[in-house]
Amino acid sequence: MKKLLSLVLAGATLLSFTPAVYAADADVSDMKVGFICLHDENSTYDLNFINSAKAACENLGIAEDNYFIRTNVPEGQECYEAAAELVDRGCDIVFADSFGHEDYMIQAAKEFPEVQFCHSTGTKAHTEGLDNYHNAFASIYEGRYLAGVAAGLKLNQMIEDGEFTEDEAKIGYIGAFTYAEVISGYTSFFLGARSVCPSATMEVTFTGSWYDETAEKEGANKLIQNGCKLISQHADSMGAPTACETAGVPDVSYNGSTEAACPNTYIVSSRIDWTPYYELAITSAAAGEEIPVDYTGDLTTGSVLLTDVNENVAAPGTVEALETVRENLMNGTEKVFDTEKFTVEGENLTSWEADVDTDPEYTPDTEVIEDGEFKESKFRSAPYFDLQIDGITLLDTAF
Amino acid sequence: MKSRRSFFHIAKRKDDELPGWKAWGIRAISLILALLVCAVVTTLLTGLNPVSVFTTMIDGAFGTSRRIWILMQNVAILLCISLAVTPAFRMRFWNIGAEGQVLISGLAAASCMILFPNLPNWLLILIMCAASVAAGAVWAMIPAFFKAKWNTNETLFTLMMNYVAMQLVSYFVIVWEVPKGSGKIGIINQNTEAGWLPVIGGQKYLLTIIVVLILTAYMYVYLNYTKHGYELTVVGESERTARYLNIKTGRVIVRTLMLSGAICGVAGLLLVGGTDHTITSTIADGRGFTAVMVSWLAKFNPAGMIFASLLIVFLSRGANEISTIFGLNHAFGDILTGIILFFIIGSEFFINYQIRLSGRTGKEER
Repeated sequence: MKKLLSLVLAGATLLSFTPAVYAADADVSDMKVGFICLHDENSTYDLNFINSAKAACENLGIAEDNYFIRTNVPEGQECYEAAAELVDRGCDIVFADSFGHEDYMIQAAKEFPEVQFCHSTGTKAHTEGLDNYHNAFASIYEGRYLAGVAAGLKLNQMIEDGEFTEDEAKIGYIGAFTYAEVISGYTSFFLGARSVCPSATMEVTFTGSWYDETAEKEGANKLIQNGCKLISQHADSMGAPTACETAGVPDVSYNGSTEAACPNTYIVSSRIDWTPYYELAITSAAAGEEIPVDYTGDLTTGSVLLTDVNENVAAPGTVEALETVRENLMNGTEKVFDTEKFTVEGENLTSWEADVDTDPEYTPDTEVIEDGEFKESKFRSAPYFDLQIDGITLLDTAF
Repeated sequence: MKSRRSFFHIAKRKDDELPGWKAWGIRAISLILALLVCAVVTTLLTGLNPVSVFTTMIDGAFGTSRRIWILMQNVAILLCISLAVTPAFRMRFWNIGAEGQVLISGLAAASCMILFPNLPNWLLILIMCAASVAAGAVWAMIPAFFKAKWNTNETLFTLMMNYVAMQLVSYFVIVWEVPKGSGKIGIINQNTEAGWLPVIGGQKYLLTIIVVLILTAYMYVYLNYTKHGYELTVVGESERTARYLNIKTGRVIVRTLMLSGAICGVAGLLLVGGTDHTITSTIADGRGFTAVMVSWLAKFNPAGMIFASLLIVFLSRGANEISTIFGLNHAFGDILTGIILFFIIGSEFFINYQIRLSGRTGKEER
């Protein structure tokens, strides 16, 4: 017991000296970094994080022995334990990738004030008031909008080829949960598609899980049977893309290219590149500077990317069209959530209060429509667009 | 070859035929063989040095004081659930519903925390204790009652009750989710800590460990030195004998299962109130099933279960560590765990059975 106590004390002493060490020696390559991932490389979502983590550490000259990637960490006490163990290893900064990790990261941040904790996709940093706890996201709705444009062009091509009529241009979408991150995602995708294919409609089904290959596959098959001509998803397995490849239905995937597995149906994919944020956070921590409380990467920071368009499947001219829309989004001449371009129960909105400060009663607290636009990711990085717009049918909202 | 007999034959050993040191010798040999096979598999599949893989596993489980605490907490929970299923198993009642019993009692504890956050903390904790123990006991009692009354199949019944519990938890997670639609409740009462079990001596996991140690001692005495323990053993061995001894079989079944469920209730309470402070449908993490293995490995002996659950938790913690350090997929850790468990369970075969090689003289040789 005595030995244990002295060990704990020694550990505590060591930790309390850590900030002094790197404040004096602000060399980024000496940083120790920890990453916590919900699943492993088999999940497209986590793979995207893992690749960014490796890229950021490599770019900053952090040796392989100095960064640790913990995979398959559930959204529970295990996340806190994983964070604490990474601190024990001497990590100066710890990242977590899944929404449900947030409370446990906050718990760790309170316990280890000398270590920086950065949580992607979370919502609480701006209200929690901790100096060492930060959220980050990206304006992925812009990426999804662009991917939607590619989808709309494909629908147009199929209509022209006489495969179906304008009225039958229905998109299918597999979502994980029914909350703002997913709603914002499928709505921006749909608005992108409808910006080029005005008759497009969409059906959305939910799986109630971020990673459930069987449910995602079944969801895709159900949508295809319902007459959906093109599929996209916001869930992390290969279930939907492979179902599309089997059925020969074009697919817009998420988190990275699925071209290798689905060469005949994959069109394009949008993804968040976390590398710019990771580099920013790690260099700030090394220099003893503040990490943004709530960081939103976008097209200009290189945080929102499209993968290469698969020209075998995409409609001709897609690459050029995407480049134009991308420019328009960046210079502000085209807006994703332009209130002129969507209606809710037949009405154009002029005012909407969203639940930006998370609470158990989901109290709307912030006016988010300004200058004819729903200002997504302005008041906090994580999406809060939770409107049910006309043209989209939700099939099962049990989750 | 004059003999037509097969090359070897297998015979069950008589009870106590094998001296204790020999049984442990067989176990030791099987463990060494398991490690050798693991070493070969590691080298062939990954090209890593197996010794460094093994030392990393040990480091992952015992390397720092925090890891030892986490290890002990995990052992305590697994042990607690194993203790819970054991009296039922002794009675030859195949209770594989521990997973559901833990979930439902966790749900009961979490409900109290969500619904009554403003009660005085001692009262809230008392209510939570009562609610979760009662929930676990009722969940186990239902199949026991049907078994006692109409002789239904308890294996299927307890298994199905797991899924009912899982769906109930999923349902209430949606009722209480934050934020809406996200499918998670998050930490309950994070700022007020209402309903959080007290932390003893500054160590979060100490309470869990102490409670489970007390339960272990209690269960040891209950099974071996009490009338109840004797009765359930008799019911397990022969219902007719039990009837002859005027033991009310039905009552023993229901009573024993309520005890099983109540101890699962303690596990659920410790998980939700003590460490996780949330409820998810995966909070039991399959431990209701792993506990079945622990209980059998230890031959229903509570002291043995300490070691069996330690072994299993050690393997999984070690597997975590090698996946972090060597960048291997978790599946690789699972492969090693599988090999080791295969050999350990396999060694029980050689302890319980004898293999006689059929020599020309007919004399047996092992």
